[in-house]
Amino acid sequence: MRSLLCTMLFLAAPALIAEPVLAETIFVSNEKDNQIAVVDGDSLQITNKINVGRRPRGITLSGDGTQLYVCAGDDNRVDVVDIASGKVIHSLPSGPDPELFVLSPDGNRLYVANEDDNMVTIIDIPSRKAIGNIQVGVEPEGMGISPDGKILVNTSETTNMAHFIDTEKRAVVGNVLVDSRPRVARFSDDGKHVWVSSEIGGTVSVIDAGTRKVVKKIRFEVTGVRREAIQAVGIQMTRDGKRAFVALGPANRIAEIDTESFEVKRYFLVGQRVWNLAFSPDEKRLYTTNGISNDLSVIDLERNKVIKSIAVGGAPWGVVVKP
Amino acid sequence: MRFWPLSRRRTDLSKTTGRRRLIATLPLAGLLLMAPAGAALAQDAAGQSILIGYLTRQEDPRTPASFLEPVATDEGLQGARLALADNNSTGMFLNQSYRLVEQILPQDGDIAAGLKALADEGVRFVVADLPGDALLAIADRPEARSMLLFNARAPDDALRNEQCRANILHTAASRRMLADALAQYLAWKKWTGWSLLTGRDPGDALYADAVRRAAKRFGGRIVAEKGWTFDTGNRRTDTGVTTIQSDIPLATQGPDYDVLVVADEAGNFGDYLDGRTWHPRPVAGTQGLTATAWSRVNEQWGGTQLQSRFEKLADRWMLPRDYAAWLAVRSVGEAAARTGGAGFDDLVAYLHSPDFELAGFKGEALSFRKWDGQMRQPILIAGPRMLVSVSPQEGFLHPVTPLDTLGDDAPESKCRFNR
Repeated sequence: MRSLLCTMLFLAAPALIAEPVLAETIFVSNEKDNQIAVVDGDSLQITNKINVGRRPRGITLSGDGTQLYVCAGDDNRVDVVDIASGKVIHSLPSGPDPELFVLSPDGNRLYVANEDDNMVTIIDIPSRKAIGNIQVGVEPEGMGISPDGKILVNTSETTNMAHFIDTEKRAVVGNVLVDSRPRVARFSDDGKHVWVSSEIGGTVSVIDAGTRKVVKKIRFEVTGVRREAIQAVGIQMTRDGKRAFVALGPANRIAEIDTESFEVKRYFLVGQRVWNLAFSPDEKRLYTTNGISNDLSVIDLERNKVIKSIAVGGAPWGVVVKP
Repeated sequence: MRFWPLSRRRTDLSKTTGRRRLIATLPLAGLLLMAPAGAALAQDAAGQSILIGYLTRQEDPRTPASFLEPVATDEGLQGARLALADNNSTGMFLNQSYRLVEQILPQDGDIAAGLKALADEGVRFVVADLPGDALLAIADRPEARSMLLFNARAPDDALRNEQCRANILHTAASRRMLADALAQYLAWKKWTGWSLLTGRDPGDALYADAVRRAAKRFGGRIVAEKGWTFDTGNRRTDTGVTTIQSDIPLATQGPDYDVLVVADEAGNFGDYLDGRTWHPRPVAGTQGLTATAWSRVNEQWGGTQLQSRFEKLADRWMLPRDYAAWLAVRSVGEAAARTGGAGFDDLVAYLHSPDFELAGFKGEALSFRKWDGQMRQPILIAGPRMLVSVSPQEGFLHPVTPLDTLGDDAPESKCRFNR
């Protein structure tokens, strides 16, 4: 498949050059290499690899965009990377085995899922201190936060729930059962819905954030791929709220969904076991991390084509794009 | 919690037994108050409370041939306890609470009486950590008619066929599932010539039957068959090693083959084979390249979390019997969470329905086959130190789910409880 993608790249190359220069930088956490691969969005070449703690998975940009926060699960901490120097400058106390986290909209708090400990840890970034934790279900994983920062949604993989947490009270205020092994929780930009992917269930539950009821369950079907291989993981939505993209794990596909009809519009064939995804700042591209084929797929969303796959390192997991 | 000395574990067991006796004297009160077993349960007293029985007999622990393996005195039970904790973590959010009623009988204890004691306490879901004959004996008791039993131990294929019972669900994998899983992998490797070496225990002969059947199904050829006739000494004696070194070449001499398939469920000799066989060929089956429902070598599909939770609780690693018991207790929890306060009959119907899906850390949903009550599940192909593969293998197709290429599929099942 990679050779196919390479061929496609050759065909697409002239078109790429014709496009305006993209200044974005893509950061990929490589779970097996204990590194962050840095990819230049213009040349689509790797420009650096940053050493971080062991088993890096969750990755996000700081509020001002100058730093990266990286969950180093096996080192029980969150590493803070200074993007300019490409170095870890300090670490934050995350509690045991952090896998995924979410930054509060004001950029001051990190909410971390402690997979081994049925807990969500709250980190105050300015003071670099853990300031509290919240008991949730078994194997907390996905973390989503409402645009106003008031409601945090955590998923627990074995409890099969989305836990709604009031960030001020630091308490669980609601629980919604979803399909097996929920992975990612993502609020829509208008704050009205929370999308939760279920890996084993192979579905995405759309939850009304007000009533906390599942209003739609999105199912996927890919010709030639058995149902069990369709495992929904990463979710991203465009800023206009019209399109959503869901990574389907070992189905090696990204599904594009019309958020009004909840219909799947198309599937993109990407690398093997696709975990997570991130838009370019202009939302013309989508980058996906493929954990088994060790590459990053680049999807051109204007032409709806996968234009390149970039070998980024061992077991790429998380991805974030800096404008 | 990190480290439980053996003595404390024993104390805990006796405490549980003591509590059970106390409750048994007040069966009605126990039922009405839902017998809070701890603070967490007490808080939920207004919600749904679900009792799950665990029925077993004490026995001498299995002594593994390898010193690297743990000697488990609480095999199975710890899996049930972990699943109970998992159920209660979920139940906390749903106002549901679970209690495990542990009936651990003495070695010669009366199983039927044990079942009755559970029934008297109001238990209707029972995890049976019992051999096949004992399981059948309780399944036909009058109390069992209004119960659901989980076979969390017996691999016997007859229990899924001629001797199947409508009130049993099997979370333990059957011998045929294991043999088919191995056969698919060997077929994928094109290691089709098998020499079959069978131990002296009755289970070994049944395992060998499953291997022969799997050979027919997946294109294996059994080029030689032998029975193990030697005595293996104590694992700590020096002379044992010398004897084994001369015995094993003799026992495995014969026509050439691709892989030596060993049927030794109790682990009496199988671990000694690798590196000592007449032909320089790999060992597979109950030892060596082992088809198993669970193994410490697996940390795929979030297995890291299950392994680590288990080790914190039990201070040893999780064995297949623990995993089967975990699946059983989690199945009840999953069904109860999904049906939200439903009664026993609805819970049982849900467990049997196609809507039931359990995430069992094997990369896809596990469910029960409607024709024989067997939980369909991927089977690990595990080496002694590494995970080698997982069956079903790519390319073995099935109209419904590739998982049903392992074990008895609907058309070949001899189970007739659905009629």
